[in-house]
Amino acid sequence: MKESTEGNDDPAVLAVSDLHVEFDTYGGVVKAVRGANFNVRAGKTLGIVGESGCGKSVTVQSILGLIPMPPGRITRGQALLGDIDIIQQKIIDGEDIRGNRIGMIFQDPMSSLNPTMRVGDQIAETLIVHRGVSSKDAFARAVELLDMTHIPEAGNRAKQYPFSFSGGMLQRAMIAMAIACEPDVLVADEPTTALDVTIQAQILELLEELQRTTGMAIILITHDLGVIARMADDVVVMYAGEIIEKGTVDDVFYRSAHPYTLGLKMAMPSNESTRETGLKPIDGSPPDMFDPPAGCGYFARCPHAMRLCERHHPERFEVSPHHYANCWLQHPDMPERAVLDLYRGPASSEGPA
Amino acid sequence: MRSLVETKHLTKHFALGRKQSLHAVDDVSLTIDERETVGLVGESGSGKSTFGKTLLGLHDKTSGEAYFEGQKLPDHYRPADFQHYARYMQMIFQDPYSSLNPRMTVGEIIGEGLRLFDDRSSRQIRDAVGDWLARVGLERDHAARYPHEFSGGQRQRVGIARALIMQPRFVVCDEPISALDVSVQAQVVRLLGELKDSLGLTMLFIAHDLSMVRYISDRMAVMYMGSIVELGPADEVYFTPQHPYTQVLVSSNPEPDPRMERTRKTVPIRGEITSPVNIGPGCRFASRCSKVMDICHKVTPQLRPISGEASGTGAKRQVACHLFESASSSTAAVV
Repeated sequence: MKESTEGNDDPAVLAVSDLHVEFDTYGGVVKAVRGANFNVRAGKTLGIVGESGCGKSVTVQSILGLIPMPPGRITRGQALLGDIDIIQQKIIDGEDIRGNRIGMIFQDPMSSLNPTMRVGDQIAETLIVHRGVSSKDAFARAVELLDMTHIPEAGNRAKQYPFSFSGGMLQRAMIAMAIACEPDVLVADEPTTALDVTIQAQILELLEELQRTTGMAIILITHDLGVIARMADDVVVMYAGEIIEKGTVDDVFYRSAHPYTLGLKMAMPSNESTRETGLKPIDGSPPDMFDPPAGCGYFARCPHAMRLCERHHPERFEVSPHHYANCWLQHPDMPERAVLDLYRGPASSEGPA
Repeated sequence: MRSLVETKHLTKHFALGRKQSLHAVDDVSLTIDERETVGLVGESGSGKSTFGKTLLGLHDKTSGEAYFEGQKLPDHYRPADFQHYARYMQMIFQDPYSSLNPRMTVGEIIGEGLRLFDDRSSRQIRDAVGDWLARVGLERDHAARYPHEFSGGQRQRVGIARALIMQPRFVVCDEPISALDVSVQAQVVRLLGELKDSLGLTMLFIAHDLSMVRYISDRMAVMYMGSIVELGPADEVYFTPQHPYTQVLVSSNPEPDPRMERTRKTVPIRGEITSPVNIGPGCRFASRCSKVMDICHKVTPQLRPISGEASGTGAKRQVACHLFESASSSTAAVV
């Protein structure tokens, strides 16, 4: 269980600024990420939330150099780990930062492990490559790591192949591998999407426990607002390749400042929603990323859209300290009534009073 | 209210070699009233999809019976049976990518049921397909397109039109929204709700998303390793779960509310769902249950109404757990 985090002046372990990523495809150039700025605080969890195709995975994978280039291309931006821009430089002191200072776990543990290698050997390999440990010591450490992730009979399990592990245990093994070199940052890309809720709860609990003991920061990418609410200290909401709102988890959930964030919340059933109050879907679909609109990317679906939004790209406005939204409604000159309408929700005029 | 669909001791075992069998659905008795939506939740491998498919005859039953309007459904469906029941019972599938034939146009897919099971002219069928495309929020001229030209949400609308063009009375929705994004999920749920009201449909809604099932369903059934462990009004099952497994399931479901998540009491659970191969007597949840007793390993608990004190309501709720069996009713057959 986490404390509410109001202030976030803590130092950033990873500071990403002005990141732009493009992909060349047969259909043209896809502008997958268009100007991402965010900080990851030491020992805290940053949640990146958004629907499929909004660029949340590409943002993190491009920083780590995990997108194929070409067709991918980082056209601008930097990502500072300490004072080194890891977009330019992947090797620090002769060591690749990936798997060393930044660990990573993926959505599908079944396809992320090598089916022809024993699980213990795969974890040990990380240590042999990055730490130059002897293979015997590395295997012993792999067993310890499996034990840390609460895999029963870790000694025997380390000698088995991935097929004899269940989905939840494979994800534990992936976590063991990712934390083997005690990274500063753990990137978890939809780590529980393929798992059942009871197993999801176990894995999330394990991540919290490991964060408490090791003090690593976590970047958690997910489309599930429930997982974000449970895990995140800070939240970044992405839409059509852009960060449209960011702030502490409480700011983003209880004082949402962008119509898309509000729309996402209203499209999900909460404990209060009944069939009478109804879910409010977001109509339409995200814009064409081959030719992103000149104005706001959410213009076509936004119930609060103004003429201004169609042509003019919204600037980033500070709603309150450390809480930002890219929406013209947050402009200081905006009439108060329009902003109040936002919080009242789009259906206030036609829905039941 | 009149019951429309009923199963009695419905069982489906899959043979795995000569001596092993996988108990996918075991002794499930469930009654669904006319115009009711029953939500069926459970983890993957709990048998919820197999139950839906066996109910519609897509799998042969191992034992037990299913009834539609009091009429016994065949144990083994012959082509003529499918043809007959396709007008009454339909299914909406989970994966809008693999459940639509990529070589057929959307118009052919939606109209195929009418073409095979109805004697309308091709012109009438074309008109009906156009009407249904409009009804599910697509365009009439989309009929000439192929499934790959549509997004996931649009394909699911095609799947809904394909099932409902037959004007069935009963629809099994097998995880119809699991593969979709949050904003699109709500669109599809709204569409299903509107169609249900206008057509007077009865639905079995299979899903693993507890919040969504609570929102959609009148009653909720919780399945674990092939058996229903708890059944009752959806809100009551969700807000005051009685069976230890339902409690675990509800407490594992993260809510989009950070304050609530910070104060949440998680009910710890050990291990993972095991494979239901050659299971003997006893409660299937016994190995993971925190309140396990001796009897749980020996006697299979039956789904029984629980008293009003426990749930705060009448006997609408049923739980299969020895914790709720009073001394007098402990005559459950020792298998």
